Amino acid sequence: MLKKKRYILLAIVAVVAFVLVNLPASTASRLRLAIGSQFLPFFGLARFSQDVAGSTADLALSKSELIRQNELLRRENEQLKAVALQANQFAQENARLSQQVGWQAKMPWRMKAAHVVLRDPANWWSTVQIDVGSQQGIEPNMPVMAIDGLVGRITAVGLTRSQVVLIGDPNCRVAAYVENEARDNGVTGDSSPLERELVELNYLGRNAVIKPGHRVLTSNMGGNYPSGIPVGVIVDARQVDYGLSTEARVKLFAKLGSLEEVWVITQWSR
Amino acid sequence: MVTMNPLNTFLILLTAFVVVFVQSASGRLLGTQLDLLPALMVYATLTTGIPTVAALALCGGLWLDSLSANPLGISVLPLAAIGFVLSLRRDLLLGEQSFAQFVLGLMASFAAPTATLLMMLTAGKNPLTGWGTWWQIAIMMLAGGIATPLFFKFFGALAKTFKYQELSSPSFRPDREIRRGRN
Repeated sequence: MLKKKRYILLAIVAVVAFVLVNLPASTASRLRLAIGSQFLPFFGLARFSQDVAGSTADLALSKSELIRQNELLRRENEQLKAVALQANQFAQENARLSQQVGWQAKMPWRMKAAHVVLRDPANWWSTVQIDVGSQQGIEPNMPVMAIDGLVGRITAVGLTRSQVVLIGDPNCRVAAYVENEARDNGVTGDSSPLERELVELNYLGRNAVIKPGHRVLTSNMGGNYPSGIPVGVIVDARQVDYGLSTEARVKLFAKLGSLEEVWVITQWSR
Repeated sequence: MVTMNPLNTFLILLTAFVVVFVQSASGRLLGTQLDLLPALMVYATLTTGIPTVAALALCGGLWLDSLSANPLGISVLPLAAIGFVLSLRRDLLLGEQSFAQFVLGLMASFAAPTATLLMMLTAGKNPLTGWGTWWQIAIMMLAGGIATPLFFKFFGALAKTFKYQELSSPSFRPDREIRRGRN
């Protein structure tokens, strides 16, 4: 009797799992968000624990260190103000010249700040959850960046949280160019399971002159990412496919392992 | 036969919920995201009934997949399979011994991620794998092995807190009483 009950339960669990795995993508996505929303009360807790850790670290700083940092920030702020003033003049000049030539004026990026609350519990994906969702105007496929460089793009959006697939994940490909003379274009590939901040840059031309230290930036080919977001720096390059193309390894600027604050680009000129 | 205790089932499911959340909220250990659900499944199989095992597989698997990029429901089957395979030979397993618990946790923590990966590759998904995956599985095994006896201790302490304790039977036996005097 017990054995029969055991097999019946196993069959029920197997059928439920089979049905869930084979659900249509949109239904599975909604169900995933519904189940994941059970963790909503805990999201605040995660943020709170990060804040407590941060404020505890702040307490350990001495007054003289704080004064020194304050002085450094003040100087940096003054320099940035001067740079912003100059940039503003360049932008005005650029807009005037573009109008004269008849080019379409470029819209500045609009960005939404977000906190990383959870990471993917599975080792074979590279995703994070952030604390902004459709309520804040977030939509699927919006690019996400950190202060250092590109992070990834939005894949699923809930009411108050979203899932971001990070660069280096098999589901996140980014068209990028190398900042060399020829501006060679490629597409980012997978990272290694252990070194998440080292990704491949594939489909570069076979004659591409790629050297360690060259910067890699997004190219807006495909229209998913605005042009010019820093991605990383070339570590090394080699010929692949019997010399038909070049493949490079790129060290990402964004520290994917310790992401805390990110920016979702909600609007830009495509 | 072990019957289903609603309080025990609730506590196991609550622990699974917290474990999934903590796994997601914490960073990687030696480049690895730990998975303690197989260890919890070993505890559930050796101490509770089949319905609890089924509930843990279903809820734990769905909670894990909801926070991951895994296809929803793919973690349910490996967890259920571990539970059902262990329950077939539960009477023969030395579930009370810490070393046996460690070995069972080790094996379950190897089987769950390996089976999930194989199922995903079979389903045509493209997970991030390489030589580093073996390192990650080794760390997950070790963590699962260590966590299993800890789960037994944790739930043992909870049981002491929430359940009535059994009274030890007195050593007095009327048939062994020495009667003095004459009959």
